[in-house]
Amino acid sequence: MNQSPKLNSFRSGPDEDGRFGVFGGRFVAETLMPLILDLQDEWNEAKNDPAFKAELEKLGAHYIGRPSPLYFAERLTAELGGAKIYFKREELNHTGSHKINNCIGQILLARRMGKTRIIAETGAGQHGVASATVAARFGLPCVVYMGATDVERQAPNVFRMKLLGAEVKPVTAGNGTLKDAMNEALRDWVTNVESTYYLIGTAAGPHPYPEMVRDFQAVIGQEAKQQILEAEGRLPDLVIAAVGGGSNAIGIFHPFLDDESVKIVGVEAGGKGLDGDEHCASITAGSPGVLHGNRTYLLQDGDGQIKEGHSISAGLDYPGIGPEHAWLNDIGRVEYVPILDHEALEAFQTLTRLEGIIPALEPSHALAEVIKRAPKMGKDEIILMNLSGRGDKDIFTVGKILGMGQ
Amino acid sequence: MTARMEQRFADVAAEGRPVLVTYFMGGDPDFDTSLAIMKALPKAGADVIELGVPFSDPMADGPAIQLAGQRALKGGQTLAKTLELARLFREGDKRTPIVLMGYYNPIYIYGVDRFLDDALKAGVDGLIVVDLPPEMDDELCIPALAKGISFIRLATPTTDDRRLPKVLENTSGFVYYVSMNGITGSALPDPSLIAGAVARIKAHTRLPVCVGFGVKTADHARVIGASADGVVVGTAIVNQIASSLTEEGRATDATVPGVEALVRGLAAGVRASRLAAAE
Ligand SMILES: Cc1ncc(COP(=O)(O)O)c(C=O)c1O
Repeated sequence: MNQSPKLNSFRSGPDEDGRFGVFGGRFVAETLMPLILDLQDEWNEAKNDPAFKAELEKLGAHYIGRPSPLYFAERLTAELGGAKIYFKREELNHTGSHKINNCIGQILLARRMGKTRIIAETGAGQHGVASATVAARFGLPCVVYMGATDVERQAPNVFRMKLLGAEVKPVTAGNGTLKDAMNEALRDWVTNVESTYYLIGTAAGPHPYPEMVRDFQAVIGQEAKQQILEAEGRLPDLVIAAVGGGSNAIGIFHPFLDDESVKIVGVEAGGKGLDGDEHCASITAGSPGVLHGNRTYLLQDGDGQIKEGHSISAGLDYPGIGPEHAWLNDIGRVEYVPILDHEALEAFQTLTRLEGIIPALEPSHALAEVIKRAPKMGKDEIILMNLSGRGDKDIFTVGKILGMGQ
Repeated sequence: MTARMEQRFADVAAEGRPVLVTYFMGGDPDFDTSLAIMKALPKAGADVIELGVPFSDPMADGPAIQLAGQRALKGGQTLAKTLELARLFREGDKRTPIVLMGYYNPIYIYGVDRFLDDALKAGVDGLIVVDLPPEMDDELCIPALAKGISFIRLATPTTDDRRLPKVLENTSGFVYYVSMNGITGSALPDPSLIAGAVARIKAHTRLPVCVGFGVKTADHARVIGASADGVVVGTAIVNQIASSLTEEGRATDATVPGVEALVRGLAAGVRASRLAAAE
């Protein structure tokens, strides 16, 4: 009898209702439901269509610049004196982050569905820029919702979006960050559902988005696995990524989930510390609830009102997390830990000085965790980190904090 | 039981006119004022009360109801207090159906079973939960029906004939037809389109069909009420409340009377509607 208490794979989710264990689902208004079902059908067809796959690969190679390199961070490794550290260089992609992988995939779907208008939400502006970019590339009008706070702290990306022809709509509700932008994008979508494709930027939202975004981002882990095998002849001991909504993390994690020897760690924004409300550690400090179409870990009060999080990094400033991460946490396959603002800031500077790479503040959180763990690991061990984006967008924020402004 | 709801729809139908459903946000701008508003509604001619449950992230609502929710939350409103509002209202009114309207998370966090028990005790007759489509019926709809609380579903212009049976399957009380693809507070679309949609839904169900989203004036109520079993007015009432508040968002002497006057006009509108249709 087969009585193994273990799942035979960690990669089989979600089920047909979009559930990862108790997480996920389709908690949306009726107006959107028919469209979400259409999207699911379209996605099921597309993912088995060789022509779709071929187009995705072609654009990946010639437009995004895939595969992204796997880089051995020699000086950082020497400095920390422990495990060998490798970066998956998603920051070298066109537009400067992993976000473009998902955008290319979804715009091809939008086109298949005959949609004529693209909307997106953005926090750091990386997803907004990537959306505006693919919209320009495929000749579709694009509206990007962005919290007013983020419009201010990610000014360079606002300018880029506008140059690319997108309309950037600042959202003043709430704290004016990512969750508020997502609410406003959903309101637009409900209103313009016939013409509009909502290009969600992370592995969250109603089914099929979490699965679809993951599959578009899984190219990161697939490439990295092959690259590390080529470089080292074996799998890494530890895979680390920062988690906002969770797309870059699930992208690099997913291909490794069934490799038992690989420890996997997701890094949440610990902000100014988990004691108060000024953080975005949904898993470490939140509880399960329902928001933005899915059940997942959320920052909320005892009445089920969603709290405004805080992070130095706009891209992690979201009080929820993708449902697959919530599940991976509960079953114990992935460990989630918080990193504080100041730790991320220090890591940002370390990488800049030691390796000549200016990372975005989001992956700086993952890097801070690497800096904590590497010295405690053996020199023969290997860490793989997703360097999800470059820091050009953050230089003014960081400069201001460090007093390096004019 | 949904007896109270059935009775009210039957009584109003016997009067030969559509039902007037009025929405306001529980706790806007404070608990006592909203209790006074709630008590004033039936006196001014409302037949069914939709009691809004504030939520931090009201994805299907326009600015007016978003702000009302923020005022209520700022005033300390919670789901427990909204149930308390219903209970206090019910002490003095045994006949006006109360429908709670909001989003799922506060209910989920309160605990579905405990919520349904407390809602029943408070005299709540039905629920409208915007982010629970039929695909999610196991969450709340089925347990609510089992306890005798109606689950009122939204049907929208995107709910085509293929999907309508699924939407109607576990619906009870009435069907809420959302007049347009959009959020609360948008402009009312062409009434003839609405009449067509109502007829389409009525071909699939014997439940009353009420139309909401965009109904703001007595004249709208009259025109829409000519084809629908009821009209739902929300944003207009919420706007009326907002316009009566002080700059700091506090209630004034004009708050409750303002709502009364508006609802009296809307009630006159629904009472004129079948006359108009008969012309
Ligand atoms: C460079 C970068 N990394 C990570 C994130 C966080 O998003 P996710 O968790 O979906 O990867 C963002 C979001 O804006 C980002 O710009």
